[in-house]
Amino acid sequence: MDLQKFFEMGGYAVYVWTSYGLTALVLLWNWWAARRSEAEAQTAAKRRNELALERSS
Amino acid sequence: MSWTWFHKLASPPHAYRILGTIAPWFGWASLALILLATWWGLVKAPADYQQGDGFRILYVHAPSAWMSMFTYVVMAVAAGVGLIWRIKLAHAAAAACAPIGASFTFLALATGSIWGKPMWGTWWVWDARLTSELLLLFLYLGYMALRASFDDPQRADRASAVLALVGVINVPIIHYSVEWWSTLHQPASVTKFDKPSIDLAMLIPLFIMIVGFQLYFGWAVSRRLRGEILRRERNANWLKEAA
Repeated sequence: MDLQKFFEMGGYAVYVWTSYGLTALVLLWNWWAARRSEAEAQTAAKRRNELALERSS
Repeated sequence: MSWTWFHKLASPPHAYRILGTIAPWFGWASLALILLATWWGLVKAPADYQQGDGFRILYVHAPSAWMSMFTYVVMAVAAGVGLIWRIKLAHAAAAACAPIGASFTFLALATGSIWGKPMWGTWWVWDARLTSELLLLFLYLGYMALRASFDDPQRADRASAVLALVGVINVPIIHYSVEWWSTLHQPASVTKFDKPSIDLAMLIPLFIMIVGFQLYFGWAVSRRLRGEILRRERNANWLKEAA
């Protein structure tokens, strides 16, 4: 496979690579945001549990 | 027929555990399929006889457009179930869908615009397909803004569910817009009752990418829904074990 030809995308390089780059960014954002959303809720729940334990002891 | 399985599934502790188990499977499977489809679409699939290599944008544009509508239908169905049967978990699922759907809608609009420039000679036209897809983005953003405007989660659930249900009318409008109105956007080549008007060598990677995106949605919605469940079940005993 000719690498240079591959990257040129028959003259559509800018359009094709920008589209795939944006897609990668949106997928990465979703990955990061979903993980963060879950992790934040877990941290908050843990803190609530600790406070409840302190209060009950 | 016994409905105990359903009540068990809809119980937050059970759902929390199941989602935690299936999420990694969704995640790894989607990663494998998306990588495979990317290689197939960029390298292996033949260039289009009219659009040359420019057509390869199809493999990210069509799946994201599909996901933008699929996610909205899932969100509206979940919101409807929550509204009718008062199932909190369903409202939580609808809330988890919104940001994912909004991101896919943005991606469909952006990649479509980038594809439109070399093929149509313009980034944007106010035709039926593009305008209704833009409206979909505003529906997602409106849904999230409406939820955020309530302090009481139950009132947020009900109000946003009504918006989600009203907005679902837009989904068939997006799909059929290319048939009902004259538009620059090409008509459907795959999602129609007739034989697909696209060669198998180009269709297979598209199909793999769509399945990959669906599984990715499964992963993201599982993670977000687990967060929603924890946020809602403030004082439940099972939280002690979960957290």
